[in-house]
Amino acid sequence: MTQMAKIVTRNLNMYYSDFQALKNINLTIGEKEVTALIGPSGCGKSTFLRVLNRMNELIGDTRVEGKVYIDNQDIYGPKVDVVELRKRVGMVFQKPNPFPKSIYDNVAYGPRIHGLKDKQKLDELVEKSLKQAALWDEVKDRLNAPALGLSGGQQQRLCIARLLAVEPEVLLMDEPTSALDPISTMKIEELVKSLKERYTIVIVTHNMQQAARISDKTAFFLNGEVVEFNETEKMFTNPADQRTEDYITGRFG
Amino acid sequence: MSGRQKQFVGFSVLRLSALVVLLILVVILGDIVVKGAGVISWDFLTQAPTNGMTEGGIFPAVVGTFLVTLITAVIAVPLGIFAAIYLNEYAPKTKVTRLIRLSIRNLAGVPSVVFGLFGVALFVRLFGFGTSLIAAGATLGLLTLPVIITASEEALKTVPNSYREGALALGATKWQAIRTNVLPSALPGILTGVILGLARAAGETAPILFTGVAFYLPFLPDSIFSQFMALPYHLYILATQHHAIEQVRPLAYGTALVLITLVFSMNLFAIILRSYFRRKAVNSR
Repeated sequence: MTQMAKIVTRNLNMYYSDFQALKNINLTIGEKEVTALIGPSGCGKSTFLRVLNRMNELIGDTRVEGKVYIDNQDIYGPKVDVVELRKRVGMVFQKPNPFPKSIYDNVAYGPRIHGLKDKQKLDELVEKSLKQAALWDEVKDRLNAPALGLSGGQQQRLCIARLLAVEPEVLLMDEPTSALDPISTMKIEELVKSLKERYTIVIVTHNMQQAARISDKTAFFLNGEVVEFNETEKMFTNPADQRTEDYITGRFG
Repeated sequence: MSGRQKQFVGFSVLRLSALVVLLILVVILGDIVVKGAGVISWDFLTQAPTNGMTEGGIFPAVVGTFLVTLITAVIAVPLGIFAAIYLNEYAPKTKVTRLIRLSIRNLAGVPSVVFGLFGVALFVRLFGFGTSLIAAGATLGLLTLPVIITASEEALKTVPNSYREGALALGATKWQAIRTNVLPSALPGILTGVILGLARAAGETAPILFTGVAFYLPFLPDSIFSQFMALPYHLYILATQHHAIEQVRPLAYGTALVLITLVFSMNLFAIILRSYFRRKAVNSR
């Protein structure tokens, strides 16, 4: 696999007040690849994800050292427009968080705040996004129904559709299936596989099988460090580090 | 005593306390309704007082209370909501912010007569409004601000953080996230707080006493710089300051009934509004 590098971090350190949450992270994430981040709770994988679209800044006293490049642009550089960055680097959260609006208005939310008013274009974009998120057939007859009436799995796919409508380049997914049942999880996993043709995807998961099933590369985080970063297949069959082996075989974590 | 008996005693004390409070309320309201209902008529509501306020109605006081409450709303509602948005959404979580919040909570406990004196110093004299609708409305606005700010802030706090993060993660600016996602969810709580605050303002006497209310006016206010009559003050006069207190007592009770009905209907409206929005929220789950 010789993909173009989409996201590159160099000597990345991140602090919450005095606590160092990320230690010297050097990762290169390829374009249109699925990269899984695994590791025990509190190891820094979600923190790393939130560094990539600067959502970590919302929690007050945080500090980032080192460089994070997306398309060769330092996203912590002085001229970076955070709002513009988050349009390019979208995020799906652990718990589905549809807004208390209709299904249509949820998907149209992003395009509308970015200034799209044309009803016909909105309609097309909503349909296209829902189709991409494999939700269209289930909701096409009730686009004006409240989004909170959907099942958990549908809500999460709606959140993905809402994100796709903004036409981002990178999708960050923070344990997107941890609150879902197995069938819904399967649908989201299939969705991730189909989306990687067009998007660079970084996904945090606690589910080792999930990482093995859907990702091209896997990074194993432990206590804020990346212990191992490799092709998923290699990682799960022949890990280089003893700690990786112990973790993926279930000896701790 | 066995656990069962203790529970019985404890339960009885609690129930008795609730009953006593309820009883007091019923006695007061009953007294006012029984003694005041007799004078209530269309004329009482639409005529000015006549014959040294021993006859006629309370129309100027009704209009005055309505106008001064309106001015209070115009001043306090936007200011209060904006301040709450700033405090809850934008202000850094520092000691200074906590101090500001604590001060606002404390302002809610300042006696209303102190607000009245402050209003005289600031609006009547320094700003040169004179004793007027605008000075009284602004003073009542100050009194109402802490109530509105506190209620609005509580309402904003109940909006799940995921609504904010979800919007921001789509590339919304902070203000877009607040305007399109946070405020609509907080609106029912904010409106309830606003109405309860205004209902309290409508019934206040002390803050308007030195800032604009008149003992008696044969005409209605013609600008925001006019003096005005108001229900609470009119009641105060009829009950304590009139030269023929015994004679005007029924009128005083009538005024009290109108004032209480006004405040109660505002509160009732707030309750209805709240339950309407709550039902709507439940239905959309």
